[in-house]
Amino acid sequence: MDVKCINPFMGAIKNVFKTMLNLDVQFGKPQIKTQETMSHDVSGIIGLSGEVVGAVIVSFPKLSAVKIASTFAGISLTDADDDFADAIGELANMIAGNAKKDLEGLNIMISTPSVVIGSGHQVKSTKVVPRLIIPCSCAMGSFVVEVGMKKVNRPAEAVVEQATELTI
Amino acid sequence: MKIMLVDDSRTIRNIEKNVLTQLGHTDLVEAGDGVEALNLIATTQMPDLFLVDWNMPNMDGLTLVKNIRTQNKQVPIIMVTTEAEKTRVVEAIKAGVNNYVVKPFTADTLGEKIQQTLTKLGVAV
Repeated sequence: MDVKCINPFMGAIKNVFKTMLNLDVQFGKPQIKTQETMSHDVSGIIGLSGEVVGAVIVSFPKLSAVKIASTFAGISLTDADDDFADAIGELANMIAGNAKKDLEGLNIMISTPSVVIGSGHQVKSTKVVPRLIIPCSCAMGSFVVEVGMKKVNRPAEAVVEQATELTI
Repeated sequence: MKIMLVDDSRTIRNIEKNVLTQLGHTDLVEAGDGVEALNLIATTQMPDLFLVDWNMPNMDGLTLVKNIRTQNKQVPIIMVTTEAEKTRVVEAIKAGVNNYVVKPFTADTLGEKIQQTLTKLGVAV
């Protein structure tokens, strides 16, 4: 993945959190994800397709996720509420959608969100589409955004890359 | 005025409902995708305004807009979506969208776009 592609995602994270949650986000140093990297409690996942293949994953510790989802939805939520997963998925959708408008020259489509809730799960990257991790923090806690994206020329290649491995 | 909110995210529909309620609109109906919206239109009356998301399961917002336009050329439709590229905006306008709101949005922005759309089309608010 071209490291230059990370800037649109950092801009999108800042924009979404400021606009929808009135929260300022600070970033740690982006790093390449290894299979041993952290586990999560709540993840919103958006698939990327079209001229690229990959995924955008927004992962939170449970406490941060509950605070952020509640603020976003404007009501008090727990991780057992249907609206909790909906809010996390929509945040991931907004980040991916907002970033793709600044990825010039690439026709990218985004999937509807999937949300995984489970303590200690990992969303592993494939060897062919490595991911970058963007560590983020705000007044409601820390979270990470993982971005894996690769240009594709052949539809067959895209199909092979669709799989996102999930371990709980 | 009857307003239909079409978005697969209930969180977004709730945010839209809050904005519309503050603007004095209380006759609101909701649909989670294009198919559900078309079924509601078929079984009730045509709304006076639509807020439509683009990326939804079963039937996306663009297809829904095209379907609505085969039935009604005048009803105002506002697309509320993460799709922000110019090509997408043009595509939506060609399909019959009257106004466009990019997510993320503030309550003020959404309220202004709704008022702007209704005023421009001469719809009584």
